[in-house]
Amino acid sequence: MDPMVLIAALYVFALAAFLGYQVISRVPPLLHTPLMSATNAISGISLVGSLVIAGAYEFNAHKLMAGGVEAHASWATLMGFVAVFTATVNVVSGFGLTDRMLKMFRKDIKKKEAAK
Amino acid sequence: MDTQAIQHVVQSPNYILEFTYLIASILFIWGLKSLSHPDTARRGMHLAEAGMAAAILGTLFHHDIHFFGWIIAGLILGSLVGAAFALWVPMTAMPQRTALSHAFGAVAAALVGIAEFTMHAGTMSMFTRSALGLEVMLGTLTTTGSLIACGKLQGVIRGTPVQFKGQQVLNLVIFVSMIGCFGHVLYDPLATGYFYGMVALGFLFGVMLVIPIGSADMPVVMSLLNSYAGLSSAATGFVLGNNILIIAGTLDGFSGFILSILMCKAMNRSITNVLFGGFGAVQHEAGPGAQGEMREISLEDAAVRLAYAGKVVFVPGYGLATAQAQHAVRDLANALEARGVTVKYGIHPVAGRMPGHMNVLLAEANVPYGDLYEMEAINPELDSTDVAVVVGANDVVNPDARDNPNSPIAGMPIIEVDKAKTVIVLKRGQGRGFSGLENPLFFKQNTSMLYGDAKNTLSQLAQEVKNV
Repeated sequence: MDPMVLIAALYVFALAAFLGYQVISRVPPLLHTPLMSATNAISGISLVGSLVIAGAYEFNAHKLMAGGVEAHASWATLMGFVAVFTATVNVVSGFGLTDRMLKMFRKDIKKKEAAK
Repeated sequence: MDTQAIQHVVQSPNYILEFTYLIASILFIWGLKSLSHPDTARRGMHLAEAGMAAAILGTLFHHDIHFFGWIIAGLILGSLVGAAFALWVPMTAMPQRTALSHAFGAVAAALVGIAEFTMHAGTMSMFTRSALGLEVMLGTLTTTGSLIACGKLQGVIRGTPVQFKGQQVLNLVIFVSMIGCFGHVLYDPLATGYFYGMVALGFLFGVMLVIPIGSADMPVVMSLLNSYAGLSSAATGFVLGNNILIIAGTLDGFSGFILSILMCKAMNRSITNVLFGGFGAVQHEAGPGAQGEMREISLEDAAVRLAYAGKVVFVPGYGLATAQAQHAVRDLANALEARGVTVKYGIHPVAGRMPGHMNVLLAEANVPYGDLYEMEAINPELDSTDVAVVVGANDVVNPDARDNPNSPIAGMPIIEVDKAKTVIVLKRGQGRGFSGLENPLFFKQNTSMLYGDAKNTLSQLAQEVKNV
């Protein structure tokens, strides 16, 4: 990695840590379970890394069976595939469940029930 | 392969993709900020979802992607399984699901790291290799650790701590060997044997880290694994030089870290105690403890007492989740409110198996969130409470934590139900709770015990209250 890119990345890390602390310490205990589910879904963004690994190299079953250095690209593809799968599960189920939970938190249900 | 590595460096950045990532990062932060209030939370999370969709679609046009077969298969399979989770996981199973998702996130990070190492080990800078090592170590240990946690929560693995002599020493040996392999790979990138040794030790260390921990300590473990999973994603960002991964991973990592600290405070444990994995080591010696008679109360008497109360506070614990009694609590509360009784809920931060567990269950049962009170908010109200109803909670209402400095849970903040005029404890049987501690609350003058399955008991109580 180019040193300047590295330094920029460290800046991003430090600022994200600070911002994360500020933003997340304001989340009330009421919403801690949805918070965990939401941050899980968001860190499922590692999917973008998995996609590149799963699609960068040619998969060749013969080379995979033959083993050795020739098999590396196919192994990487397979690992990328599993990573795409697990990260997608996290993104879809994480956001889905967060929404399902948040839908349940209502201020005053009695009024709504009375209105019906 | 080498041409690809060179291509990687030479190609100019894809500005549209980078811009998409930037927008997505902003939307993620916005989404998390919206979680500071339940009224804004949903809309904010929809924005985060849009950001995620844009980032994923944009990545499909990445210039390094040449083959789409495996990608599409992974996306489709993942979406199907994810949607099934999202639709059908019951709220009582949220802790298991969350543990599993930590494992999934961590395994993705670990696999990306291993694949990167396989393809580019020779051309990586020292710094990239150290980030990759961290990513893989955190990823592997979080994977197996979370799977064990998930197994314990689901009941597949016994929830009791697995402890043996020399455990701490063995763990230290595993940890040091793992770091040793990592150090070797740093200086010799072609030492693939050491690299895979590090991977194997990471998986092993994750198992060793979580088996000594009992179910009651799960909220801390969950938060900590959350933090590790996030940090391994952030490390992936350093390896791939991808800012959105760094940002999202760091947010996740810090969220887990903050929750760990909150959970530690709520159990009066130090964070170092947790970081070194020694938190299964609480001694469960009952000691002389409180003795005396537990008074049982009949269903009818309990119903009358509740029906004529002015203010009732429910204090739920993990027993509420195991008995799936959240709807029954709500029914009883409805019956009481119909009679003009004020009903509130006191929620201890570590009640249940993960942070916020009780709030979600009660929200599912249509309890308005305005009725859910945090520990600090409900404690001053208990003096003026006529009946406190403890539903499947034990340690979080144990007055020993406040009164007995020799108690293993001494100093842990509790919900002081013993200050209420009367206390009714709903309990499955006469045995001790998960921690194995004697609870003097049960022997107090103003405490009555009501044994049985919490869900049945509560439904019958609701019925009785209606008949009073």
